[in-house]
Amino acid sequence: MKSGKRQKQLGSLFVNGSLFLLTLVWTIPTMGIFVSSFRARDDIANSGWWKVLPYRDWQPVREIDPREAGLNPDEIMEIEGVAGTFDEFRAGIETPDGERITWIGNKRIGRLEVQERVWTVDWNFTLDNYKQVLGGQSFTFTRPDGTVQVVPGDNMSGAFLNSLSVAVPSTVIPILIAAFAAYAFAWMKFPGRRGMFIMIVALLVVPLQIALVPILRDYKALNLNGTFLAIWLAHTGFGLALATYLLYNYISTLPRDILESAFIDGASHFTVFTQLILPLSVPALASFAIFQFLWVWNDYLVALIFLGGNPEFELVTQRMAAIVGSRGSEWHLLTAGAFVSMALPLLVFFSMQRYFVRGLLAGSVKG
Amino acid sequence: MNFLNGTKEPSDSPGERVLFFIGRLLLAVSIPLIAFYVLYLGFIFLRDSHAPRGIITVVAIVWGVGGVALLYWVFNNIVEKLPDLWTNRLLPFVFVGPAMAILGWYLAIPTLRTFWLSLFGRDGPPAGLNFWEQLASPAFVGLNNYVAVFTERLMLEAFRNNLMWIIFGSTLSVAFGLVIAVLADRSRFEKVAKSFIFLPMAISFVGASIIWNFIYEYRPAGQAQIGLLNAVVVNLGGSPQAYPQWVSIAPWNNLFLIVIVIWLQAGFSMVLFSAALKGIPEELLEAGRIDGANEFQIFFRIMVPYIRGTIISVWTTIVIFTLKIFDVVWVMTGGQFGTHVIATQFYRQSFTNRNSGFGSAIAIVLLIAVIPVMFYNLKQFREQEAF
Repeated sequence: MKSGKRQKQLGSLFVNGSLFLLTLVWTIPTMGIFVSSFRARDDIANSGWWKVLPYRDWQPVREIDPREAGLNPDEIMEIEGVAGTFDEFRAGIETPDGERITWIGNKRIGRLEVQERVWTVDWNFTLDNYKQVLGGQSFTFTRPDGTVQVVPGDNMSGAFLNSLSVAVPSTVIPILIAAFAAYAFAWMKFPGRRGMFIMIVALLVVPLQIALVPILRDYKALNLNGTFLAIWLAHTGFGLALATYLLYNYISTLPRDILESAFIDGASHFTVFTQLILPLSVPALASFAIFQFLWVWNDYLVALIFLGGNPEFELVTQRMAAIVGSRGSEWHLLTAGAFVSMALPLLVFFSMQRYFVRGLLAGSVKG
Repeated sequence: MNFLNGTKEPSDSPGERVLFFIGRLLLAVSIPLIAFYVLYLGFIFLRDSHAPRGIITVVAIVWGVGGVALLYWVFNNIVEKLPDLWTNRLLPFVFVGPAMAILGWYLAIPTLRTFWLSLFGRDGPPAGLNFWEQLASPAFVGLNNYVAVFTERLMLEAFRNNLMWIIFGSTLSVAFGLVIAVLADRSRFEKVAKSFIFLPMAISFVGASIIWNFIYEYRPAGQAQIGLLNAVVVNLGGSPQAYPQWVSIAPWNNLFLIVIVIWLQAGFSMVLFSAALKGIPEELLEAGRIDGANEFQIFFRIMVPYIRGTIISVWTTIVIFTLKIFDVVWVMTGGQFGTHVIATQFYRQSFTNRNSGFGSAIAIVLLIAVIPVMFYNLKQFREQEAF
């Protein structure tokens, strides 16, 4: 009995220990960026972000003037029980009692520092990185014809608003269209119903790469390329099959008698849909909405192709990729920028985690 | 809406009837016209205006979302004004029509158009010719693009790398997800741990690329390493490397990119496995324990077979996902250093080289690769009797 209890404790230790380790491994990458985004530019460039954790470093406790101590840097020097050449002292020699003696400066006017190992942290936090990445310095340049043009706010906050202008309609439009279609599939009889639904099922996994070239041609012919409408419609087209499929699965399970009593009362399909079905479907709508929102907000490829030609409408993902490409070692901009781009999805994700999980379980995975 | 329906009331005198009819007609015509005009104005404003971003954002959201709702409302109104027989006939298509039109335009028809493009040279079929003339034109190259897809050096490299992505990326995502789900199921800290593990799912590939670039950040030996991996390696006595760009170990440098997707996708598989594990009847596990099975035997002999269906579907999903992987590679290496994958080749051919024939052939190859899953989905759908 006793060994059984012990085994159980050991097992629980193993389970919680490994889980903790895995969680740590999964968190550290994000943590590194997050911590760094608050460190000063020079700190990021010169030391690892983990220096915000306590670490042991040599700190000077007192100084010795080598001339007073009668030391000649060109010979082997002996002091406080250690001996070494100038170069060895330059690198620092540890004494038996745990101190370190280091030569600071050059041979002629240098001094000896006695250092002790102490615990220390680098807590030099600042918000400057965020100010730089968000603050809209306007950008003035002279055109070839001599006119001066000022481009306002080519910065992350502009990109953030652009992403919002793309993501919100690209989330709501497909849901609305899909909900109408799902309602029709679930509650109306019409010729071609089964065939149309089979088409939706077949299109679930079609890779969107298949559509990019033809759609870009259409957009160029219609002069739509680089507009919000173009990218809303593209995201709608690529998300619609899944949205219709999921919403149909939900709407078709709603109890039939509620609807029938509404129809007996003389309600039209449109009224039933807007007054009854939409409110009842909120859980399904919300879980798909989260997915579509995250998908659109985080999308890079679709924006690159349909908005790529219009720098005014640059989205956060494009902005970040551009900074990686042009200033990949400016970590103070990259870390803060990455967090700005992640702020909204993380907020949505954490505040609606329940719906997110429900959506995953219902099959919210894009083809 | 009610005042519009109110016009349906019959009236006695023929003169009034005519007036009502004209009124209805005017309403039926003018409402859609006004609606379309408003929508058009919104479109022009968004395309050409240089108003402050905040205003553009608000207008865009209101116009985009409101516009679609308005269109449905307008069409519904028009159809409801028709005689009942026609209302019943047409209304389903008002509801389902936009969805089918958009799906047709954006996915169904493009598969055919892309296939057609893939049979032609870099500029596609010459404009202004009919079907047969296009076939006879010198731009028609038959299956040559497909031959190139399967013989060009960079394409072969991309296929090899994608295979690595599929093998390592999907298998390890599934393995980690499963292990974490099982561990979390037995821990008091289940909720917290799961939140942290699937947090990366909310992060974009571009963001994830930055996060991992920072881990892989390289400084020459002797300088302080600010990338975590190199700091660890140097502390253990190794020499620092720029991992994703480490050509001398190619193709294994791809693994440093694949890790990113494992990091992103393990949360997804964990959530699905976690739910599936909760569905295993407790008696089944208890019976196994009474029979003397240890925890590993219970995992491999009871749990894994029980949730096999979930494992297969999660694995398939991640395979499809890794098949189309683009952003991570494009941002991290741009496909250099032996890291091209099919989707980056597709992008490079279609949009950088502007070789629409070659690019389209790659897209068709991607489509063919997912066709088994498409058939499986259709089979599943046919087996559900109620539709």
